[in-house]
Amino acid sequence: MDGALNSFLLLSNFVLVPGMAYGSQLAIGALGVTLVYGILRFSNFAHGDTMAFGTMAVILVTWLLQAWGVSISPLPTALLALPFGILATIVLLLLTDRWVYRFFRREKAAPVVFLIASVGVMFVMNGVVRFIIGPNDQRFADGERFIIKAREFKRLTGMNEGVAFKTSQGLTIVTAVIVVAALFWFLNRTRAGKSMRAYSDNEDLALLSGINPERVVMITWILAAALATIAGTLYGLDKSFKPFTYFQLLLPIFASAIVGGLGNPLGAIAGGFIIAFSEVTVTYAYKKFLAYNLPPDWAPDSLMQLLSTDYKFAVSFVILVLVLLIRPTGIFRGKAI
Amino acid sequence: MSKNFNRRAVLLFALMFAALATVGFAQSWSLALAIVNLCLISAVMSLGVNIQWGYAGLFNVGVMGFAALGGVAGVLMSVPPVTEAWRVGGGGIAISLMLAIGTIVVAVLAARHIPPGNMRRLVLAVIIVAGFFLIRAFFDPAVELIEAVEPAKTGFLGGLGLPIILSWVVGGIFAAGVAWIVGKIALGLRSDYLAIATLGISEIIVAMLKNEDWLTRGVKNVSGLPRPVPYEVNLQQAIWFQDWAATLGVGVVEFSSIYVKLCYAGLFTIVLLFVLWLSQRSLNSPWGRMMRAIRDNEVAASAMGKNVTGRHLQVFILGSAVIGIAGAMLTTLDGQFTPASYQPLRFTFIIWVMVIVGGSGNNWGAVLGGFVIWFCWIEAEPVGLWFMDMLTSGMDEGSGLRKHLLDSAAHMRLMTMGLILLLVLRFSPRGLIPEK
Repeated sequence: MDGALNSFLLLSNFVLVPGMAYGSQLAIGALGVTLVYGILRFSNFAHGDTMAFGTMAVILVTWLLQAWGVSISPLPTALLALPFGILATIVLLLLTDRWVYRFFRREKAAPVVFLIASVGVMFVMNGVVRFIIGPNDQRFADGERFIIKAREFKRLTGMNEGVAFKTSQGLTIVTAVIVVAALFWFLNRTRAGKSMRAYSDNEDLALLSGINPERVVMITWILAAALATIAGTLYGLDKSFKPFTYFQLLLPIFASAIVGGLGNPLGAIAGGFIIAFSEVTVTYAYKKFLAYNLPPDWAPDSLMQLLSTDYKFAVSFVILVLVLLIRPTGIFRGKAI
Repeated sequence: MSKNFNRRAVLLFALMFAALATVGFAQSWSLALAIVNLCLISAVMSLGVNIQWGYAGLFNVGVMGFAALGGVAGVLMSVPPVTEAWRVGGGGIAISLMLAIGTIVVAVLAARHIPPGNMRRLVLAVIIVAGFFLIRAFFDPAVELIEAVEPAKTGFLGGLGLPIILSWVVGGIFAAGVAWIVGKIALGLRSDYLAIATLGISEIIVAMLKNEDWLTRGVKNVSGLPRPVPYEVNLQQAIWFQDWAATLGVGVVEFSSIYVKLCYAGLFTIVLLFVLWLSQRSLNSPWGRMMRAIRDNEVAASAMGKNVTGRHLQVFILGSAVIGIAGAMLTTLDGQFTPASYQPLRFTFIIWVMVIVGGSGNNWGAVLGGFVIWFCWIEAEPVGLWFMDMLTSGMDEGSGLRKHLLDSAAHMRLMTMGLILLLVLRFSPRGLIPEK
C-alpha cells in the first residue's frame, strides 16, 4: 500500500505536475496558432519566434525593473513586465500585418503564399531577437522558486517520495486558467469576439452583415500577440529562454493545434495537454516506479525509458501522423481537411 | 518574348560569374572556388526544391532532413567497416532490423485482414507495442557493445568502405524512401500539413543522427572521409605536379588547393548539368505539362482524370531524392559528417530563398538563385561586419553598445535573408528569371 502511494507521488512529481505545466504552455501557444488559422487561414510559422520576441521584451523590462529595485517577491518580476512585453509584441505583429500580410490578403493569394511569407517573417524576427539579446540561454526567473519543496513535502507527510511544486509551474497553471477563461468569455460574450467567430465560420456571410474584416484581423493579431507572449514567458520562467528552443517549440505547438482540430480553440487546449502528457510519459524513466510496484527481485536494472528525451519531438510527430491518418480534421473537428 | 527572356538569363549569369571573378581577383582564387563549389551544391538542392515547389506547388520545410540523409549515406558507404564492432554487436542489430521488418509486415497483414473498427485498432496497437519492446530487447545490448568498441576512435559500425561517389546515388535513394513515407501520410490533405510533417521529420532525422552513436558516432562526428579527388599533400610531392606549377608560375601549395577544388567543381558541375538536363526534359514533356496543369488548377486536372495525389507523391519523391544527392555531395566536399551542423536556417530556409529569388518553376532560375543567394550568404558576414564597424566608428572604443553591435553582426544574415524573401515575394513574386 505504501509502495503504491509512494509510486503515485513519484509520478506526480515527475509526470503529473511537469505535464500540467508544459501542457498549459503548449495550449496557450496552440491557441495563438489556431486563432490565426481560423481567421487568416494559414499556419503561422512565425509563431515560435513571436513567442521568442515577446519573451525577449519581457526579459528586457524585467531587467530594467530589477535594476530599479522593483519587485513583487515572492512572485517573479517578469509578471510585472508581462503587459509591456505584450504591448511590444502587439505593435510588432500589427506592423508585420500591415507591411507583409495585408498585401497578400488584398491579392487574395493562396494560403501557401501566406505560409511562405510567414517563413520570411520568422527569419526576420529570429534575426531581430538574436541581434538584440543574443543566441544564448537567459535566465530571468526570480522570487520564490518553490511553492512546496520536495524535502518539506517528505517531512510533512513522512513519505519516501516528495512532490516538488515550482512557483513557475503553479503560476503557469493559474495563468492558463485565467487566460483561457478570459479568451472564451471574449469569443462568446463580446461583440468583437462574436464577429470573429462569425468571420471564421463564414467569411461571406460575415462581410454581408457588415463586419469589418480588417478590424477582425487586427483583433486576431492582438490576441495572438498576447497569447504568444504569455506562453513564451511562462515557458521561459519554467525552463529557460533560448531563441532556438522557441523555434523548435513550433512542432509540438502545431501538433497540439492539429490534434485538437485547427481553428478550434477548445481543441487547441485539449491538444496541448495530449501532446504534453504523451511527451512526458514516453520519455520518463520508469525504473524507480517499477521498483515500488514489483517484488524486489523483479526490479529492473535499466532505466526503463521508452524513448530518450532527445526524441521528444518524435512523440509530437507520431501523434500528428496518427491524427492525419485516422482523423485529419482533429479530435474536435477543426476546419482543415 | 522567349528571346528576351534568354538574354536576361544570360546577362544575370554573366553578372554572377563576374562577381565570383571579382572575389578571385580581390581576395583569392582558392576562396572564389570554395564559394563556387558550395554554389554548385546549393544549385542542385534548389533544383530539388524547385521540382517540388515550382512544378507542383508542394511546400517542403524539411530540406535539412533530406540533406542530412544524403550526408549519412556518405558515411555509411565510404568509411571502412569496424570489424570489432560488427563482431560484438552486428548480430544484435541485424536481429532487431529483421524484427522491425517483421513487425511492419505483421501489422500490414493484420490491417489488411481485419475489418476496420476498434478491433483492428486494438490488434494493431498490440502488435506495434509488442514489436517495440521485442526490438528494444535485442537492440539496446547490441548498441551498448558497439559503442564500447574504442569509443574515442570508432564506437560505431562504420560503413561499407566503398568509393564515396557511390553515396551520391545512395543518398538520393535514402531521401526518396523517407519522402515516400512522409508523402503517403501528408499528401492529399491541406498544403499546411505537408509543411508541418516535413518540418517534423527533418527535426527527427537530425535528432537521430545526433543520438544514434552506433550508426553515425553522433556528435562525436565522423571525420576523414575518403575523397574522390587527390589529396593536396600527395599532389605537392608529385614531380609532374611541381613541374606544372612551375610552368604556370604559381606556388605549389596554393596550386594544389586550387587544383583539388577544381576537381570537386568538375564533379559537381557534371551532377548539376545532369540534373538540370533531366529537369528541363521532364518539364517540357507531357508529364511536365500535366504537373503544371495540376499545380494551376487541381480541380480541373482531377476532372480530366489525372491522379493529383499520385502525381504529387511522385514529384515529392523525385525532388527529395535530388536534395539527398546534394546532401551527399556536401558531405563529400566537407570530408566529414557533423550532425550538429544541420541547422534548419542554413539547410532549409536558405534553399527556399534561393528558389523564390531565382524564379519558382524555372530550373535555370533555381540554379541562378542557388548561386546568387549562396554568394550573398557568404559575403553578408564581412559586409555586415564592415557596416557595423562604419556605424559604430563614432562610438567610444570601449563602449558596451559598440561591442554588442559588432558581436551581433553575424545575426544580420538571418534578417537579410528574411528581408530578401519578403521583398521578392511582395514585389517580384516570379523571381529573377520568371517561368515562361
